[in-house]
Amino acid sequence: MPQELAYLKESASQTAGPYVHIGLAPGAAGFDIYRQELGHDITGPNAKGERIRVEGRVVDGMGAPIKDVLLEVWQANADGHYAHPEGGGDVEDGFRGWGRVISDFDTGEWSFETVKPGTTKGRNVSMQAPHLNLWIVARGINIGLNTRMYFGDEAQANAADPVLNLIEWKHRRATLIADRSEASGLPVYRFDIQLQGENETVFFDV
Amino acid sequence: MTQPGEFYQRDRTIQPPAFTPDYKTSVARSPRYSMISLQNSVSEITGPRFGHSDIDAGDNDLLTNYAKAGESPIGERIILHGRVLNENACPVPNTLVEIWQANAGGRYRHKKDTYLAPIDPNFGGCGRTLTDENGYFFFRTVKPGAYPWRNMVNNWRPAHIHVSVFGSGFVQRLITQCYFEGDPLIPICPIVQTIPDPDAIEQLTAKLDLNATIPLDSIAYKFDIVLRGRRSTLFENRLEGN
Repeated sequence: MPQELAYLKESASQTAGPYVHIGLAPGAAGFDIYRQELGHDITGPNAKGERIRVEGRVVDGMGAPIKDVLLEVWQANADGHYAHPEGGGDVEDGFRGWGRVISDFDTGEWSFETVKPGTTKGRNVSMQAPHLNLWIVARGINIGLNTRMYFGDEAQANAADPVLNLIEWKHRRATLIADRSEASGLPVYRFDIQLQGENETVFFDV
Repeated sequence: MTQPGEFYQRDRTIQPPAFTPDYKTSVARSPRYSMISLQNSVSEITGPRFGHSDIDAGDNDLLTNYAKAGESPIGERIILHGRVLNENACPVPNTLVEIWQANAGGRYRHKKDTYLAPIDPNFGGCGRTLTDENGYFFFRTVKPGAYPWRNMVNNWRPAHIHVSVFGSGFVQRLITQCYFEGDPLIPICPIVQTIPDPDAIEQLTAKLDLNATIPLDSIAYKFDIVLRGRRSTLFENRLEGN
């Protein structure tokens, strides 16, 4: 028998479907079952850095907001460290850097509060501009979509970011950059994600 | 500088593409431009971690986690168990597995589900657990029913349980569905058939596991989940992928 490579194949993805809330956000499905739902508190109480709000919609190819979408965010803390043994350094006690949010059933709007992340190490000697890693699932999405949100007030860091610079079409880089404004004393970043169409958001095969 | 062990490139030939017109909802929700391929940075190789303080011990028992005291949900009592492995066939320990499903009649406890079959007052329909040090997990539940859905006029979903898994890096994040061996609806389901590879469908089909049944109590199905594997950094003193 010649040598066989004993690798397994990744399980195939399937859509999260319209009732994803039952499993991942049961309160939104209309019932209370767990002591605590996961993903509501991204930073914990001790996180340093600027408190911000991120909001947006996920819009389909017809221009309609998706009302049954679920997003997860994975981010570094203000020092640019992820809460992980290979994350680049220590994080504050209670900082997880992961959150889960669903869109409103009527408007499709979603939002979460967190701290603005710092720059993180890129490959080789590069530095990555502050960004949020986003993962998007919904009915009609067969495999979760990965994208990144960058910060509109970080023009200099964004211009040097190795990932943004991979995008050959310069105008498409703008689909990953959220504009900053203020509301009730809190900085707000608006990030609308277009699944399809002229301004389709850049998605990554990671 | 040596790069960290990266995750293997995702094998897109076994994954459903975004645009699958027989599953109509995918048409307007599928990106049309090519994805930009990224080599892993720290943002990709890291991911959230969970511990026993995040969940409760009974969260994996759907027979009791929503039932009134002394009552049970209606339906075929099953054990769904298996391991979370990576593509190197190594167990993925301490990772969060979350499931959700319809009740035995094919009805979800969700304010947007209006199917004729009734809600079961003793069944919530969700559970969660952490894999042990060997990557093993188990749930007790009832076998979900098939149900109709609006796609073509007469489409029925095969019995299935939705499964969400994390792994150690955010690029391993996966949501899939577990089907049951022998279900005649599997080969005619437009959602199942978004998967282009018959072996990959087979891999999502839980097998009857008679040895794991509890006699006179519950029948068992085995369902292993495979997450992306990671390259070893062979010339360092640590075999990260293994």
